[in-house]
Amino acid sequence: MNLIDTAFARLKVEGKTALIPFLTMGDPDLATSVAIIKTLEESGADMIELGVPYSDPLADGPVIQRASERALLNNRITLRDCIEVAEQAREAGVKIPFILFTYYNPIFQFGLEAFFELVKSKGISGLIIPDLPIEEDGEVRQLAEAADVHLIPLVAPTSNDRVTRISRKARGFVYCVSSLGVTGVRADFHKGIDDFLSLVREATDLPIAVGFGISSREQVARFEKQCDGVIVGSAIVRQIEEAIPLLNDASRREAGLKQIGDFVASLKG
Amino acid sequence: MTQVPDQNGRFGKFGGRYVPETLMNALLELEEAYLHYSKDQAFKDEIHYLLHKYSGRPTSLYYAERLSAHLGGAKIYLKREDLNHTGAHKINNTIGQGVLAKRMGKSKIIAETGAGQHGVASATIAALLGLECKVFMGEEDMKRQQLNVFRMQLLGSEVVPVLSGTRTLKDACNETLRYWVSHVDDTYYILGSVTGPHPYPMMVRDFQRIIGDEARKQIITEEGRLPDYVVAAVGGGSNAMGIFYPFVNDDSVKLLGVEAAGRGVDTTQHAATMTKGRHGIFQGSMSYVLQDEHGQVQPAHSISAGLDYPGIGPEHAYLKDSGRAEYVPVTDAEALEALQLLSRTEGIIPALESAHAIAQTIKLAPTLDKDKVIVVSLSGRGDKDVEAIMGYLGVEKHESH
Repeated sequence: MNLIDTAFARLKVEGKTALIPFLTMGDPDLATSVAIIKTLEESGADMIELGVPYSDPLADGPVIQRASERALLNNRITLRDCIEVAEQAREAGVKIPFILFTYYNPIFQFGLEAFFELVKSKGISGLIIPDLPIEEDGEVRQLAEAADVHLIPLVAPTSNDRVTRISRKARGFVYCVSSLGVTGVRADFHKGIDDFLSLVREATDLPIAVGFGISSREQVARFEKQCDGVIVGSAIVRQIEEAIPLLNDASRREAGLKQIGDFVASLKG
Repeated sequence: MTQVPDQNGRFGKFGGRYVPETLMNALLELEEAYLHYSKDQAFKDEIHYLLHKYSGRPTSLYYAERLSAHLGGAKIYLKREDLNHTGAHKINNTIGQGVLAKRMGKSKIIAETGAGQHGVASATIAALLGLECKVFMGEEDMKRQQLNVFRMQLLGSEVVPVLSGTRTLKDACNETLRYWVSHVDDTYYILGSVTGPHPYPMMVRDFQRIIGDEARKQIITEEGRLPDYVVAAVGGGSNAMGIFYPFVNDDSVKLLGVEAAGRGVDTTQHAATMTKGRHGIFQGSMSYVLQDEHGQVQPAHSISAGLDYPGIGPEHAYLKDSGRAEYVPVTDAEALEALQLLSRTEGIIPALESAHAIAQTIKLAPTLDKDKVIVVSLSGRGDKDVEAIMGYLGVEKHESH
């Protein structure tokens, strides 16, 4: 059974909402990414999104753009590196499911079949490709099914009658975009957010998770009753950015990790 | 050739809609509106009126007799898109999309720009139609094209500096798409080339095909036959697609796209997407892309800010892979030479973009007999580049007293 399904089933029994943090791989470096993943799990993360840095991250705001630029410029991180982080994190004792978040071109260049072979062998359970709408995902979906890797689609407040079609193809969970725009911390969500979430809830039996712009305990709490999962991206990437001077200094590294861990724990309430 | 794109926006394997779900609804709405209005006579009449009375179409097809004689080969005709209002072909598209935006009830438009020509053309149509306009421009390009920045501001538009990534056209496109996602309700995105997600490559081609439709009629009037070659510069590829498209089914006409080789295709500083790129997904469509082995998009370089782009429209990729069109690189130095030669022989200072097409014509014409005919798209005039050219040619600036 796919680890994502197992995790949601367990959380449902416990009456809990999944906390799903995102981090950009290789920012500030790959070994630190593994250490941060371990910290995130210890601080209450239920699944983790492993972000693949990309030169043209269309769906991302400035915080994740900067993290991608750092990872590419300083460490020349590749898609293979990001996938292998999953294996290293497992070796370090991390148990929670991994979801790879990547734009489509790096996969396309890697070769779809080789990509799914590697993803499966390194223990990645889910895949989010933000620039691959259902109209374009036929081949990827087929290979993902065969590899038992969940292809998790995004639905937006503007998806309207597409919600049903997208949800029908979803595996793992349905990722609901909280607001129009790119990723990044914000004060307000889309004004029709509650109706939108109800619409998605009716369209699928799968768990639904909400993301984009969620950065505080209050915002997590706002969605806990309506959703099975809450995704926090930019707010964590920003925490990592602020902790870089600590993380890069061996004597203060633990303090840096603790700072990130405390933030994630605070989101759990 | 078969009718492209298909209903999914595919030109063979190229094109499509590789965008975040947050944009899908806007693109579907745009496609629906475009397909509806492109059959609407009042819509077509309004665009026709503006192209003729406001922009000054049809532009002439001019026999460059002195240049032809100088090169000693084929007869060279210049399709004078530089004579359009605002000085380039870009206005053909902004008139079309501006009128469409208004029909769709949008009060605000946004646009990306590299050299500033599409930005100026968008700012112009915004002023004319009473729309609010923001133009996204890379900080590097703003420095290279200060005059165009001021022109846009003079026309009442806001120029938004783009500080992300390469700070040139590529990232201006990213930033415009990101802004559009957040303001999709009341904002229309006037994309400036035959690039991006469906329906833009099709729609921009349709608005630019007037270049080729006119040129085809004009050359038949002048020469009583079709040309042997049609030559055009390609960055994103809108002027080239516009002039190529009406000739695509004329098998005897060779279509030649000229891309920017910058400092040379064997250096890292070029924009030769067709020569050095591979198939990939970039800014909403599948096409040729300049990228590293891992699929990270590479920064492009060209002396011309309008060609300084690591992608190219999907229909060009289709024409290349099907063998219908050929794409060749021309360096910065060759373009500068060509610009000077055209200036001296014909009294026409071309835009640096168009100078690339002239440079290829300079190579091609002497290899052909005198009874052969080349039609070149002179996509824009060089006024915007004069200051930059002074720098490249090492001319000292001095204070006037």
